[in-house]
Amino acid sequence: MIEFRGVSKRFGEKVVLDGLSLVVPEGQTTVLMGYSGTGKSVCLKHVVGLLEPDAGQVLVDDEVVNELDYEALMQLRGRIGYVFQFAALFDSLTVGENLALGLRRRGLDPGAVTARVTESLDLVELPGTESRYPAELSGGMRKRVGIARAIALKPRYILYDEPTTGLDPVTTAAINDLMIRARRELGVTSLVVTHDVRSAFAVADRIAFLHEGRIRRAGTTAEIRATDDPLLREFIEGALTGEAV
Amino acid sequence: MSGPREFLTLSGRWVVEARRALADGPTWRGQLFPQMKKLGVDSVPVAVFVAVFTGIVLALLSSYMFTRAIPLYFVGTLVAKAVMLELGPVLTGMALAGRVGANVAAELGTMRVTEQVDALETLAISPHAYLVTPRVLAATLMFPMVTALAMAVGLLSGWFTAVNLLDLTSVEFLRGARQFYNFKDIWFGLVKSASFGMAVATLGCFQGLNARGGAEGVGRATTRAVVLGCQAILVLDAFWALVLL
Ligand SMILES: Nc1ncnc2c1ncn2[C@@H]1O[C@H](COP(=O)(O)OP(=O)(O)OP(=O)(O)O)[C@@H](O)[C@H]1O
Ligand SMILES: [Mg+2]
Repeated sequence: MIEFRGVSKRFGEKVVLDGLSLVVPEGQTTVLMGYSGTGKSVCLKHVVGLLEPDAGQVLVDDEVVNELDYEALMQLRGRIGYVFQFAALFDSLTVGENLALGLRRRGLDPGAVTARVTESLDLVELPGTESRYPAELSGGMRKRVGIARAIALKPRYILYDEPTTGLDPVTTAAINDLMIRARRELGVTSLVVTHDVRSAFAVADRIAFLHEGRIRRAGTTAEIRATDDPLLREFIEGALTGEAV
Repeated sequence: MSGPREFLTLSGRWVVEARRALADGPTWRGQLFPQMKKLGVDSVPVAVFVAVFTGIVLALLSSYMFTRAIPLYFVGTLVAKAVMLELGPVLTGMALAGRVGANVAAELGTMRVTEQVDALETLAISPHAYLVTPRVLAATLMFPMVTALAMAVGLLSGWFTAVNLLDLTSVEFLRGARQFYNFKDIWFGLVKSASFGMAVATLGCFQGLNARGGAEGVGRATTRAVVLGCQAILVLDAFWALVLL
């Protein structure tokens, strides 16, 4: 379980998170939605200790992330896969090496690493791209390599930062399917940040809407679909009718 | 970065991380040789270029100074002493500060602003162990080697100049070079250059990893790394002269 307890974070004068509380239940997929620049990526970074809250706590498996010592933090990161918004692939390494780096770190032997790399690239529909460099890939392909890099580790938690933004409808469906299968077949707990309302309703068990530094509404997919909150309705309907989000 | 307090916090944390990273051999070992090649071997042409001209100028300048009162074979003495004690290490260091400092700061800075450093952290790989340690070690080991080569080249070019452009025979030049030769001259220069390498690489890594704000931030970090690297060399040079001579 991942839990945010009254997390506040500011950068200089700019308050981004302001007492945010959210529970991401075990074995479920929770989608975090919100307008651009509201701090969704900042939220995710707190879970793996890339950012520290100014106030409040982030808990993973009942451990307070920002109070862990180095070893414990490394262990925690070993249980979490992170899909970056802009992929963040290591551009001096090939696609295969990008995936292998974390696997080797976890002590897999070379044969198992190669097998896992192949398997993960197949899952994101990029078979045979091992020896290419990130610079040679399209934006959407890079994004999928980023997803492959996270799922290759078979982590218990996966944090997806806009996994389907900028992908074509067919690939989007494939990625949605991948997230659903990860949950159903592997019991992965996911926190998914997305602008893509269709994708959100497809993959989510629960949806939370971030606004002005707090969770404005959270609930099951059905509850959010039936919400009477005007701001949230606007966000959902705007997206579903194809208007700008 | 802003203000001395933040700088102190960052430096303190840096020292802690550097010690931990050094113990994490498996992570940096594989990076060491590639970095030694990139930062050291690939810098040889620049260093040789600088050394050739240093030798020529030293020979010409000293013959100009040593008219009448001082015998001309002292040209050999001055070239040898100046190349080994001061100009070899310092000019090579300066040349490499530009190359190595800029290279390291730009690479790590780009990795920082494109979240590749964050990605390393989420894979439970310490950026210090994977990026900083191999670069600092490589520079500390390779600066003296490149400097040793530069000393040899500087001496040869001074010798060549003395024989061909001045009225000096090889025998005289070598007599001068040996006259006040002291083994300390060589190791003093090499110890200095090791410290230059360590400083230049450390500053490059520090500026790179603390880069903020896109391409412009990387540019700033790179400039700062080179300027600080050169300043550090001059300060260290004075320090060693005080301590070791
Ligand atoms: N490291 C940082 N330093 C300073 N400000 C930051 C930093 N990270 C994020 N911010 C600021 O925090 C705010 C929220 O950023 P964040 O990236 O979390 O938005 P987001 O909700 O993910 O937006 P988007 O949907 O566009 O990705 C932004 O105003 C951003 O400028
Ligand atoms: Mg974001």
